[in-house]
Amino acid sequence: MATTITKPETLFGKRVRRQEDPRLITGTALYLDDLKMPGMHHACVVRSPHAAAKIRGIDTSAARALPGVAAIFTGADVTGLGAVPCAASIPGLRVPHHHLLAQDRVYYVGHPVAVVVGTDRYIARDAAELVEVDYEPTAAVADPEKALAAGAPAVHPEWPDNVAFNFHQEGGDTEEAFRQADVVVRQRITSQRLIPTSIETRGVIAEWRAGERSLTLHSSTQIPHLLRTLVAGILGMPENLLRVITPEVGGGFGSKLNVYAEEALMAYIAMKINKPVKWVESRRENFQATIHGRGHVDYFELAALRDGTILGLKLKLIQDLGAYHQLLTPVIPTLSVLMMPGLYRFKNVNADVVGVFTNCVPTDAYRGAGRPEATHGIERMVDMLAQELKMDPAEIRLKNFVHADEFPYGTATGLTYDSGDYAKPLHKAMAEAGYEQLRREQAAARAEGRLVGIGLSTYGEICALGPSIALPAGGWESATVKVEPSGKVTVLTGASPHGQGEETTFAQIVADELGVPMDDVLVVHGDTAVVQYGIGTFGSRGTAVGGSALYYALQDLKAKMKKFGAMMLGTEQVNFSGGYCVDEATGKSVTFAEMAVAAYHAKKLPANTEPGLVATHFWEPPNFTFPFGAHLVVTEVDRETGAIEIKRYVCVDDIGRIINPLIVDGQVHGGVAQGLGQALWEQAVYDESGQLVSGELTDYALPRASRMPWIESSHTETPSPVNPLGVKGVGEAGTIGCSPAVVNSVVDALSPLGVRHIDMPLTPEKIWKLIEGARA
Amino acid sequence: MKQTLTLTINGKSYSDEVEPRLLLIHYLREVAGLTGPHIGCETSICGACTVMLDGMAVKSCTMFAVQAEGRSVLTIEGLAQNGKLDPLQEAFWNEHALQCGFCTPGMIMTARQLLADNPSPSEQEIRHGLEGNLCRCTGYQHIVNAVKAVAKAGGA
Ligand code: FES
Ligand code: FES
Repeated sequence: MATTITKPETLFGKRVRRQEDPRLITGTALYLDDLKMPGMHHACVVRSPHAAAKIRGIDTSAARALPGVAAIFTGADVTGLGAVPCAASIPGLRVPHHHLLAQDRVYYVGHPVAVVVGTDRYIARDAAELVEVDYEPTAAVADPEKALAAGAPAVHPEWPDNVAFNFHQEGGDTEEAFRQADVVVRQRITSQRLIPTSIETRGVIAEWRAGERSLTLHSSTQIPHLLRTLVAGILGMPENLLRVITPEVGGGFGSKLNVYAEEALMAYIAMKINKPVKWVESRRENFQATIHGRGHVDYFELAALRDGTILGLKLKLIQDLGAYHQLLTPVIPTLSVLMMPGLYRFKNVNADVVGVFTNCVPTDAYRGAGRPEATHGIERMVDMLAQELKMDPAEIRLKNFVHADEFPYGTATGLTYDSGDYAKPLHKAMAEAGYEQLRREQAAARAEGRLVGIGLSTYGEICALGPSIALPAGGWESATVKVEPSGKVTVLTGASPHGQGEETTFAQIVADELGVPMDDVLVVHGDTAVVQYGIGTFGSRGTAVGGSALYYALQDLKAKMKKFGAMMLGTEQVNFSGGYCVDEATGKSVTFAEMAVAAYHAKKLPANTEPGLVATHFWEPPNFTFPFGAHLVVTEVDRETGAIEIKRYVCVDDIGRIINPLIVDGQVHGGVAQGLGQALWEQAVYDESGQLVSGELTDYALPRASRMPWIESSHTETPSPVNPLGVKGVGEAGTIGCSPAVVNSVVDALSPLGVRHIDMPLTPEKIWKLIEGARA
Repeated sequence: MKQTLTLTINGKSYSDEVEPRLLLIHYLREVAGLTGPHIGCETSICGACTVMLDGMAVKSCTMFAVQAEGRSVLTIEGLAQNGKLDPLQEAFWNEHALQCGFCTPGMIMTARQLLADNPSPSEQEIRHGLEGNLCRCTGYQHIVNAVKAVAKAGGA
């Protein structure tokens, strides 16, 4: 028995390279489309080319005649199955019955009308071309404000006003605040529709075992367990006969936090044809039929005193829902309302949300989900107020921040901010950028007639979703830790990561707690037959909620190991540290592996203790976490072309304690890229008739390497008291902080021309027109 | 109307009967059974399908399989030699140049071409060289770092 013990170095906070990478960098990782089953058939979905039409008939005879076509399904085949689910519970919500395939009408371009199944992908596609659908096009409306106007075409004939719901929230006394105000600034601000565009599209393989009456569904999803429950419901099959497996997932960003018609359809079809069936979405389908994000038109009014003290905010929020509710569609704008006070102390908020049906694909959670819209709004409004009062944008923010000694802080929208020191990242970002010097340079540049801008955003976000009260299907997460007889450790996490690196982060946590090498830890996720029920990865919750569940499971496991250690050492009191149990009195110890063997061989057991070393913990967070930060962007606008150059991008994000800085950097960079995409380039464009004009990657401007600035990222670390790890979550920070900082910077650059606000994306054409307009 | 296609993939020769319209990416994945080259668009925008054809990086969704007749294809699976990772693979790992990993095989092949053309590229040259490959996860910064690291160490 060893007596000299050197404690291994802690891995919490270390830049450890990822455990998941070897399979990914060698091309041996298996994504959905890499999976093949014996006898597997391929499905192709026939979709509506019209935004609104009646279906007069469908002729499948030519398609059926093609050799290799196994089956064709149309709306009539699935009328009796359940609907695509929506989990929202907003009072009075109008929920159109969302059939798996269109019945007598189509409601958006891309609406699934039929499924063709063939022996290979080419045959399925050929046959899909041969399906003749007789459409009678009807009037469509693609713009939410137009959809609200009197006489607009009704998306769903039963609701001629196109209103799916009204939602009101208020806190404090906004009317009184506005009466007291010296100044009120008002602005209409949009957050355009965006296409999430994971580079791997969606895909499903369904495999039916007739003898067992069991079905295995492989799907590129963020939520395997919820998918299982909900697809079982749609099909009316016992949930325990359905197994969902999530292979390697090539990005999600919220778009795979959903239950889609195709997932239930493939399950149904596999049962019908008694063959495995695969469907992989094309990029065009991904743009037409996978959820979009954002889609806000917001009318803001911000009331303040002359000294810059903000008193209250009014908001009328119009949410473009699209034609149906997907899983969380109506919930997203209510998250925006919650986040409306931002980091500021004002206690008066009055918000009205109207959810509007349009003849477009549904919107739903896309990176940030409601919070970027809110942050963009409040951060633009604060800048407009500063401009109005001729105050420095940093000064007005510092004046209104919740103070560091006011936490936990209750907001006007009913949230309790966990911890924070909001001035800290702002000061740090300003110091790193050299704010004073930048302002002097800006003045000099302006004197030369150049258009240079400095933009700030100080954002807050709601992360680690979340307490179960706030999430329809529960907000907890689960973890199982198994010490195998050989001393190797297996973790089963209900969070289902897809690029976030939790196989590494979680192994770091385990290595620290159990004192085993990281390489001895295997993190398993995404198979409902292996992993206990879980909620999934979204809303910056994987580590904050899933990692915390793991932490508590590890404590249970350690307690049990200590019992074995004490028994083996013949004492009552032992310390567990660095992979050993030590009797402090004698200095004697037993190793991790010795305890593992003892627990499984079970020749002798501690009192009231079962054999084996397995612990499972379901952890319910008592609150959200509230990360915050400051982004500072320097831009220069070319007067002749309207082109925007980002000269500096400085961000300081406080995401609580940091487990792996390398992974955190990656999350920040990726988040900023998506924020920048929204600010400058990306937009899902539907024309008047509801055609998706930005229907392919050629027409949708994703950020490219050559267009991204160098991101100067750093952190302050304010631990969260909500969870034992002190972490807050980082997945969405970059996206939320970015877009207002960029737009504020460009507006600042153009402010000598009298520009006060510009809606995203800030295309050169838009900017050039503003410059030309000022010249005229 | 199938045609015989004979080619070399990662040093191994293959001969198959294929339809003339079969895209090279579909041949590599569906017939030859590779899992490295990925499909992100099939319209030559994303670069996930990038492989080397006779030493030149190409998007394998932009050509028919039969156009590769008699030629030699190198994919991400062929980079590591005797279990030892290629410098670019090692650098992508060290620098955390991937998250979901879906763009990675194509990105590494393009980076290989970039370094072959220009062994000591500036940051801007790296960014331009990677322009035809989309990554939605990383914001590209760590990818740029990985390519820089390989260039600094003397190339791929
Ligand atoms: S799949 Fe070839 S470029 Fe996208
Ligand atoms: S790592 Fe996910 S697309 Fe590049």
